Amino acid sequence: MSALISVRDLTRIFDVSKPWLNRVIERLPRALLTAVSEVSFDVPENSVYALVGESGSGKSTIGKIMVGLVPPSAGSVEINGVDLATETDTKKIEAVRDDIQMIFQDPFASLNPRWRVRDIIEEPVTAKSGKAEGLAERLLEQVGLSAADSGKYPHEFSGGQRQRICIARALASEPRIIVCDEPTSALDVSVQSQVLNLMSDLREDLGLTYLFISHDLTVVQHMADVIGVLYLGRLVEEAPRDRLFNHPKHPYTQMLFDAAPRMDAFGREIDPPKGEIPDAINPPPGCAFHPRCPLATEICRTERPKMRRIEDTRVACHHAT
Amino acid sequence: MTDTPVLSVRDLVVEIPTRHGVLRPVDHVSYDIRAGEILGVVGESGAGKSMGGNAVIGLLDRPARIVAGEVLLSGQPIHDLTGDAIRRLRGKKMGMIFQDPLTSLNPLLTIGEQLTETILEHLDVGQTEARKRAIAALEEVGIPAAAQRINSYPHEFSGGMRQRVVIALALCAEPDLVIADEPTTALDVSVQAQIVALLKRLCRDRGVAVMLVTHDMGVIAEAADRVAVMYAGRLAELGPVREVLTNARHPYTAGLMASTPLASQGRKRLRQIPGAMPRLGALPSGCAFHPRCEFAQDQCRAEPGPTLDRCDGRAACWFPLTTDQKVSA
Repeated sequence: MSALISVRDLTRIFDVSKPWLNRVIERLPRALLTAVSEVSFDVPENSVYALVGESGSGKSTIGKIMVGLVPPSAGSVEINGVDLATETDTKKIEAVRDDIQMIFQDPFASLNPRWRVRDIIEEPVTAKSGKAEGLAERLLEQVGLSAADSGKYPHEFSGGQRQRICIARALASEPRIIVCDEPTSALDVSVQSQVLNLMSDLREDLGLTYLFISHDLTVVQHMADVIGVLYLGRLVEEAPRDRLFNHPKHPYTQMLFDAAPRMDAFGREIDPPKGEIPDAINPPPGCAFHPRCPLATEICRTERPKMRRIEDTRVACHHAT
Repeated sequence: MTDTPVLSVRDLVVEIPTRHGVLRPVDHVSYDIRAGEILGVVGESGAGKSMGGNAVIGLLDRPARIVAGEVLLSGQPIHDLTGDAIRRLRGKKMGMIFQDPLTSLNPLLTIGEQLTETILEHLDVGQTEARKRAIAALEEVGIPAAAQRINSYPHEFSGGMRQRVVIALALCAEPDLVIADEPTTALDVSVQAQIVALLKRLCRDRGVAVMLVTHDMGVIAEAADRVAVMYAGRLAELGPVREVLTNARHPYTAGLMASTPLASQGRKRLRQIPGAMPRLGALPSGCAFHPRCEFAQDQCRAEPGPTLDRCDGRAACWFPLTTDQKVSA
């Protein structure tokens, strides 16, 4: 089975240096922040690939590169065999852009408050001078709102309803892939379950493929088929859902699972994880996780672990078995 | 130790007069917190959890005001204190921890200056002693090399460390009560676990009463002794955390528990509570939860839900769930 999305050695470096004059006067070096570093993965059609990690792990940057909002510094993202960053055939680019859409975290910031819902939803189609007669009404019904809502403005809706509008907008160009960047983090639990159910239904009905970015392990466990765990811009472990949750191999993944609050752990006394994510401008040498890792040995401090395959898990750790 | 609860809230009502009528973000809420106990307050956004906390410490922004009920701190009424009187209690008797540690610290002062200022204000000690205590407070919350870091500014700390500073600040005047409003929401999972463990340790070691306001059921389960579930300004359910979370009596609590992805493990679809919480300006008649409740009957539509002291003290519901009833949604 060939992959719908194929990411190879994706790297993105941001220049966060001070202005050149300050650098000259204060003799500062350039500061380069490596947000994403040599990440490779494949997403087959009609599956859900989740990226998890803490803040600063580069998960959102990967999502933005995927839809073309941020160009990669190195490596490639191929969607259906087309690399948006290097492709020159405009017809192919147009076709791929229709195929990939995005849903953002904050439904209050991602809808233009001065536009009517109809215009918001139809924009992906009308911007390319397509016909959008009745499209908004149809999509609103599909996401569980009413066709009569199309004349309203975003402020007339609650958070969960706005996220439904965002989903309707993402569906307008009939995409095959939707990149969801923390789609339910801004929502309350009871509303979150409605939105997650809607996303599952749409996936089944329309054969969608999701790249699901989240920090919430319980949501990821519910939604994803395959999960990639990111730490400081690098993929440290990738495995099918049940495999990852039952047999986490990377010590960072184990730490994340242990630290996540559990609803059945009344008065649990845990030894909380040590330390925090290090500075991405000056990452530790060797394995980036070694300062916090209980298993770290000499080799971890000097040599960066390569991605290895153990059964159907891919893991980047010297000590994983 | 006496039996008087550190904090006792009785029939508290907070109202906000608006052009479109009077809103009640807190409606006849009553609860106690004892020394060394963590009371978790959960609810969705707009349920009145933060308003309730702010009312207790006298931080309500006008035009919101307490119109009925009382707040007793170690038996002393504090709901009608104003100005300097409440300010003296705040910090001394009550500490506060807010969601965003960056906005609750002054960016222009070193953390040492902020800590010593608080200590000098509330405790009868000199400058040197205050500094010594500030360092001790930072050490207690687990900031490494506290004696050096005390001269740093807030921006020099990471998010988790900043939240530790805020906790040190809340505890440095040795309060009896700490109100923590979403203290871990802005933090990553691994740091969240550290902060929750810290709060639990401080509560146990120093016998502080903690009111932990959060929307995260997992945090509540791990940290709280008792839990208060709020819905549309009212207490829906109040009880020991294990009881409430595993054996909910109010249909709202049951629905909330069932709709978390963890509880639905292995199931293809999540259970969902239909609709959304009503806005305070447009509360339905009767029990505020009835339009979303699958067990609603005529009485629920006609009469407002019972307050806790008028029923079994556990669930504010006309028809509390029994163990064999299951939420299906």
